Amino acid sequence: MSSTQLEIQLIASLVAVACAIPGTFLVLRKMAMISDAISHSILPGIVIGFFITQDLNSPLLIILAALTGIITVVLVEYIQKTGLVKEDTAIGLVFPALFSIGVILIAKNANDVHLDVDAVLLGELAFAPFDRFLLSGIDLGPKSLWVTGGVLILTLTLLIAFFKELKVSTFDTGLAASLGFSPVIIHYGLMAVSSITTVGAFDAVGAILVVALMIAPAASAYLLTNELKRMLIFAICFGVCSAISGYWVAHWLDASIAGSITTMLGLLFLTVYLFAPRRGIIAVLYKERQQRVEVSLLTFLLHLKNHTEEEERHVNHLNEHINWQKVRSKLVLELALKNNMIQLEQNIVSLTQKGEDFTSKAIDYIITNQDSKIEHMKEDFFLFRG
Amino acid sequence: MAITTEANTKETPAATGTIAVKVDDLTVAYNYKPVLWDIDLEIPEGVLMAIVGPNGAGKSTLIKSILGILKPIAGSVSIYNKPYKKQRQRVAYVPQKGSVDWDFPTTALDVVTMGTYGSLGWIKRPGQKQKKAALEALEKVGMLPFKNRQISQLSGGQQQRIFLARALVQNASIYFMDEPFQGVDATTEVAIINILKELRKAGKTVIVVHHDLQTVPEYFDWVTFLNVKKIATGPVKDIFNDDNLTKTYGINYKVSIQE
Repeated sequence: MSSTQLEIQLIASLVAVACAIPGTFLVLRKMAMISDAISHSILPGIVIGFFITQDLNSPLLIILAALTGIITVVLVEYIQKTGLVKEDTAIGLVFPALFSIGVILIAKNANDVHLDVDAVLLGELAFAPFDRFLLSGIDLGPKSLWVTGGVLILTLTLLIAFFKELKVSTFDTGLAASLGFSPVIIHYGLMAVSSITTVGAFDAVGAILVVALMIAPAASAYLLTNELKRMLIFAICFGVCSAISGYWVAHWLDASIAGSITTMLGLLFLTVYLFAPRRGIIAVLYKERQQRVEVSLLTFLLHLKNHTEEEERHVNHLNEHINWQKVRSKLVLELALKNNMIQLEQNIVSLTQKGEDFTSKAIDYIITNQDSKIEHMKEDFFLFRG
Repeated sequence: MAITTEANTKETPAATGTIAVKVDDLTVAYNYKPVLWDIDLEIPEGVLMAIVGPNGAGKSTLIKSILGILKPIAGSVSIYNKPYKKQRQRVAYVPQKGSVDWDFPTTALDVVTMGTYGSLGWIKRPGQKQKKAALEALEKVGMLPFKNRQISQLSGGQQQRIFLARALVQNASIYFMDEPFQGVDATTEVAIINILKELRKAGKTVIVVHHDLQTVPEYFDWVTFLNVKKIATGPVKDIFNDDNLTKTYGINYKVSIQE
């Protein structure tokens, strides 16, 4: 692995971490689309900054672009507040307008500016190591590495300092306000950080990938954990894994790095979406199926409890009486036998003591909805897992 | 000025004579439509007070304005003679259960710990002391066995009790609660009202937005009728009558008050 390759992977990883942090809070605040808006509408800020400084890594450029990001958020909120359009419409109105101003500015000055729309959308990660940071002739590494590193340190410092405030205002705005943590300040703080992160990452990965790096790792992490700190850690790990694996996929396929990283992010989300232990599609379908079977079991047991006459309890009559298909009847019968809830004598079914107890407890629970009565059954039956 | 009823001047056993919350000429508007109009209100220390009124009467708005969550267009609020900003530590707030996202990745214990954030101020993190206080509050509402449960895995009643525990941990003098009985089972309702009565016994002031008129005389000793304007405020035994109910709800109301 050459040092150029290492530098590209390092830049991509730092960008991924810097994006995952504000991304987690944007996802939890149901504001994922605002990152899309910011990533596009900072373009005029970048272009104007570039005209002034002629340097894509100048701090002025970052400040101007972050300012445009904040202006986007303010405009969206202002338009929305008039009550004439909904939030998503407001976002859809603001960012294309600002983005197109940026596009026109680039096109008008295309001759003397080496900044093109392709680079803006997809970044130039492959070229990032060539723009070196030289201090009195000493090579201190790629400039992007310094920019993204700086942005990451800022983001991490703010996260660690204001974690508690971010958490409470994201979960419960009203409480945060009543405790004296102004939700407005925290909101705009988060927007400012998102804008700065976007600008910092923009040069390396472009407007489209910034959005993917902010949202996809956080959305995947959300499906895997019940705790905010863990969600942040998962999101960061997912971001870094996708960045590095994406780089190598691009290397082998000789394709765009930004495109490959985004593809890896998509694949990662798809995997989690399907296979997440509790909230994944497969787990949910499995749980639903189990619950259906167990409701059938309960219906069956209740039927046995209510009927003492033998003809109602004959195996062959169950199909007709409870009106089930053969497969389902067999499944339920086997489940009940396996759990020692019923016994069979010459094809006549009767409840065991355990079956009797289970049925009355379950009915009790369904009627009173008191969790304490079935707490010990939760381990064995999906029906009671809420 | 708002209407003052005779009841205002009468003594109740719980009241100490100190005014806990004072609202002066408060007007709040959404898009220039007044939701609360010229409210004057004095809440004596040590009462357990219900705020009643029809939907859209401004009950939640009143609480939110007192707590500085909404900005009034006119009027002022004081808590023990000082502006709310200086008295935050003495006030606890239980928002409506539906106002938060219960799928948020956090545990019951963590939500209760949030109640301690106000005393910590900016940046400082909760430590062992705060965790201990949160565990005690969970115990008080009977939710200790569920401390590590993710909050979406709790029933509606349990979620409400978590909110109550979060307010208890603030160890405030005044508690504001926005419909704590909404959508809870009978067991939780009893548990909540017992805690509210305990708070009053400890000399705290409790203000509750309440919907079920039948239970007002049983649960509360003080009541405020609200419908954009303040209709009446005072001891339940003096002013909770058909006359005020009719003025507030606009239709003939007959509520038989149990002695």
